[in-house]
Amino acid sequence: MPSMIQAIRMALHVGETRLGVTDIFGEDVGPPLGGVFTGTQGLKTAWNTPLDERGIVGMAIGLALAGQKPIAEIQFCDYAFNTIDLLKVAGNLCWASGGDWNVPMVLMTPVGAGIRGSIYHSHSFDAQATRIPGWKIVMPSTPLDAYGLLLSAIKDPNPVMFLMPKALLRVKSKAGEDIPGAPPDDKVLGQLIDAPLGDRTSWAPQWPPLEDYYVPIGKARVVREGTHVTVLSYGRNVPMALAAADELAADGVDAEVIDLRSLHPYDWDAITTSVTKTHRVLCVNEDTEITNFGEHLIRRICEELFYELYAPPKLLAGAAIPGIGLADHLEMASVPQKDSIKTAIAELAAHEP
Amino acid sequence: MSTTLSASTPTTLTSPRMSAELSLRIYDLMLRARVLEERLISMYKQGEGYFWIGGPGEEAFNVPLGLLADKGQGVDHDYLHLHYRSSGTLLALGADPIDSLRQMRNLATDPYSRGRNFAGHYSVRAWNIVPVSSPIEVQFSMAIGTARAQRKGTGAKGITIVQGGDAGSAEGDFATALVWSSRKGNELPLLMLVTNNRWGISTAYEGQHGYSQIADRGKAFGMPTAVVDGNDPEASYAALHKAIDYVRTEKKPYLLEAMVSRLRGHSSASGANLVKGEVDCMDRYEQTLVARNLMSKAKCDELRAQYTQELLDSSKRIASEPAPEASSIWDHVFADKNLVGGE
Repeated sequence: MPSMIQAIRMALHVGETRLGVTDIFGEDVGPPLGGVFTGTQGLKTAWNTPLDERGIVGMAIGLALAGQKPIAEIQFCDYAFNTIDLLKVAGNLCWASGGDWNVPMVLMTPVGAGIRGSIYHSHSFDAQATRIPGWKIVMPSTPLDAYGLLLSAIKDPNPVMFLMPKALLRVKSKAGEDIPGAPPDDKVLGQLIDAPLGDRTSWAPQWPPLEDYYVPIGKARVVREGTHVTVLSYGRNVPMALAAADELAADGVDAEVIDLRSLHPYDWDAITTSVTKTHRVLCVNEDTEITNFGEHLIRRICEELFYELYAPPKLLAGAAIPGIGLADHLEMASVPQKDSIKTAIAELAAHEP
Repeated sequence: MSTTLSASTPTTLTSPRMSAELSLRIYDLMLRARVLEERLISMYKQGEGYFWIGGPGEEAFNVPLGLLADKGQGVDHDYLHLHYRSSGTLLALGADPIDSLRQMRNLATDPYSRGRNFAGHYSVRAWNIVPVSSPIEVQFSMAIGTARAQRKGTGAKGITIVQGGDAGSAEGDFATALVWSSRKGNELPLLMLVTNNRWGISTAYEGQHGYSQIADRGKAFGMPTAVVDGNDPEASYAALHKAIDYVRTEKKPYLLEAMVSRLRGHSSASGANLVKGEVDCMDRYEQTLVARNLMSKAKCDELRAQYTQELLDSSKRIASEPAPEASSIWDHVFADKNLVGGE
């Protein structure tokens, strides 16, 4: 079963061999390292940049304007904050020019907690990202969705931000969620495409015959069907919410878990369908809770689906504190965990109007 | 490899450096650009627009730039990442000044931004003119990208030209352009232009920069640099010609600083009134051409009156053109086609 980072690497390979990707770049993205999470090993268009995030984003915008197809990486989203006005420019060039120009670029960046990354390797970026109009924002929670969303991002004529949940990058896919064309055995796959430790100068990957697979931007996925509570989540919290829901089934609570996959545009139809069925909503994400994307979803649910609700919608998000502390207890207390999600679902399920 | 030309030149320029025909063409475009900016300022003062910012005082440099750039679409032509004082460049490239009036009045017919952006914020994809953004210097970060698409080995014939002011060079984006364009073996065909008017809104040059010339910063990166009197169109033409030739031939970066004037202040926010004590490139070039017997004072005045009247007529003509529909705010949030990719 391939991991998410292998799936991302394979999608990038498809991008540069069949979808016109011209440049994959960022800090430590090219040889010899091939990315701090190994996501860009063995790619023919991968190259290393100066340690200059503004330059990385500007380079991507310029390449895109020149008709190329760039994929830029900010090594951790924690280091994207000094690029926000350039992200705004990327998002507004089409609109500001009255449709004269478009900016076909992809920006990848690892987000979130879960690897004990301390204050500057644990940030989330979804609240910031969804505050920058003109961008499409996607975030996978499985290797297959990562593959399919990244291929869709590459094909899109607009700037697309591909948020990589760093705690899930090495998690392997489930049975039945193979990457089309890749060997399902991850040991076999690893021998083909993983760079060896040590000297890599004579190494070259052997790419399997990968097939096209597109996850449309703007379409959510029902991860677990249920009737009592709707859990709206994305990224790292999706498998947590699924585990929480599975455990609650023994107590007679039947939660529906929806992976939004796209934060902008997001799948309002899927949300409406689910909330109309369950009448109870929990939004779960890791970003700080004040001015949180889940707050937007709850606002719209209250405005448009108010009379469907049997309980006040609930947001479970990161604590509104300046950082995520390194020690186990600090990190665990700062962002949602399986048990806190489980408690929130159970409380909502028990709430009667 | 640095050439320094003094900015403190006499009132008229001495020996001609170009044909009479080219001199007169440059003069004509400078005059059209100046008259356009004066029309825009009048429109602002008469309540026909909300804000003015532009380039009176940069014509002698910006017009030669427009004449020398290779105009067209795609990597085989030059990309222009300009700033909001570039009307002279646009007119020299062939823009119709009436479109600047349309942008000033934020009309639906404004081809640069459909009534969305300030005056002087140009965008012409057909000519590789990347949309001008109000935040200063972001164009220096974007320019490395179009330049990379034209780097040595790609076969692209075009180069990338990026322009900003002296104050903007304090931003990190200026350092970005210096660093990324000069990496050994990965040099970029990037011409960096700094039009130095010695002001950053209200702060004088000396209050922002401890070094005497911005061009000197290029020396540390091993690139050729030059400082030119940007109030002298012939010296500017020669300096730009040399710089563009170098970048196009060598596919390497070049930093050119032009000493210019800011004749109407930063923008309408400071009144847009004539500033005393600045060299006026128009007056100086007019006197030069009169001294060379290429123009007469009467002819200069006649042309100015004619262009002024033409633009006044144009501004009346567009008065009946529609404002953008309120519902158009939702247009072009996203592109449905990859226009820059040739779709």
